[in-house]
Amino acid sequence: MRINRRKFLKAGGAATLVMGVLPVAQALAEKRQSGEAADVKWGLAVDLRACWEHQQAGCRECMDACHYEHNVPVGQGSKEEIKWIWSAPFKEVFPELEGVWEEDLANSAALALCNHCDNPPCVRVCPTKATFQTKTGITVMDYHRCIGCRYCMAGCPYGARSFNFRDPRPFIDKANPSYPTREKGVVEKCNLCAERLADGLKPLCVDVCPHGVLYFGNLKDPQSEISRVLKDRFSLQRKAELGTRPKVYYLL
Amino acid sequence: MYNGSKVLVGLGLFFLIVTVPFWLGFGTEELAPELDLDTPAIAQLADKKCIEPTGVMREEHMQLLEQWRDQAVRMGNRYYEASDGTVYQASLQNTCLDCHSNKSDFCDRCHDYGKVSPDCWTCHLDPEGMEL
Repeated sequence: MRINRRKFLKAGGAATLVMGVLPVAQALAEKRQSGEAADVKWGLAVDLRACWEHQQAGCRECMDACHYEHNVPVGQGSKEEIKWIWSAPFKEVFPELEGVWEEDLANSAALALCNHCDNPPCVRVCPTKATFQTKTGITVMDYHRCIGCRYCMAGCPYGARSFNFRDPRPFIDKANPSYPTREKGVVEKCNLCAERLADGLKPLCVDVCPHGVLYFGNLKDPQSEISRVLKDRFSLQRKAELGTRPKVYYLL
Repeated sequence: MYNGSKVLVGLGLFFLIVTVPFWLGFGTEELAPELDLDTPAIAQLADKKCIEPTGVMREEHMQLLEQWRDQAVRMGNRYYEASDGTVYQASLQNTCLDCHSNKSDFCDRCHDYGKVSPDCWTCHLDPEGMEL
């Protein structure tokens, strides 16, 4: 068989077309698959006013439990503080609402934690993919990969990421043997208790809250506790105008 | 050869210096370490076996641990099905160290002998060093 110029060009064109279309088709197929798998999207809600009142009465149950469970070092001073779940004045948690609220509310204690954004800037800036989003929408870290560049800290608008400037171990009073610590030179953050979610448990802060002011559940399930409470009550998200789409809600 | 004797002496010295680790260790015998399997958790096991056959564990535990790390941390799959069908939690601290609670007499003996220093323990806690 003789191949003339015309046949050769046609075959070449067809091959180029197939090579170009195949990867796109594969990517689309993958996206569809992962879309089907992701029927769970975890969210958390804080009853702002009730939590504030109990914090005024000295309640620190969720923070203490979280810090023990995850071997979070405590007491390194405010500049080197490691934050998983913490308390901050309302005006710092919601700075964009300045002037809207009365003075007493501005200084009231609001609970803060990683917002597990649907569109997390920390994940986008991480050069090693140490920070990534799970299929269930939680932003977690693989400390094995963290190189301590702190891009994520610059990227996070909520201050939910902390760098280990020092070896954290001397600052851990009582260690939990079933969870690792971190080491000097890595960033760390709240993982929404991914290790407990894997076993079908709720995050520890929600479980230990003695006043039931934290709500947790699947945002994609209209019957879940969180979906119902979000439907019933007015809620705020931190700095929602930035487009990070936080999945931690503050109920008013 | 110009300066032949000096060159040969220099070559001889060079050979001696390069091979000095062999000469220093000559005649001494470094015994392979005995691993200590005598921990309370292992003593209580009815069937004293690790999650995979001993030979596999000895040769491939590092690959297994890396596989566990990737599947647990990145895929969120925190359970491992062993070749005999038993399901274990894929966790260094909660599975391996539950039985091998004697890191210094188990992990470290071989690692020291082989001059390898895995950096697991900068983050992962072993029950012996729990006082931090």
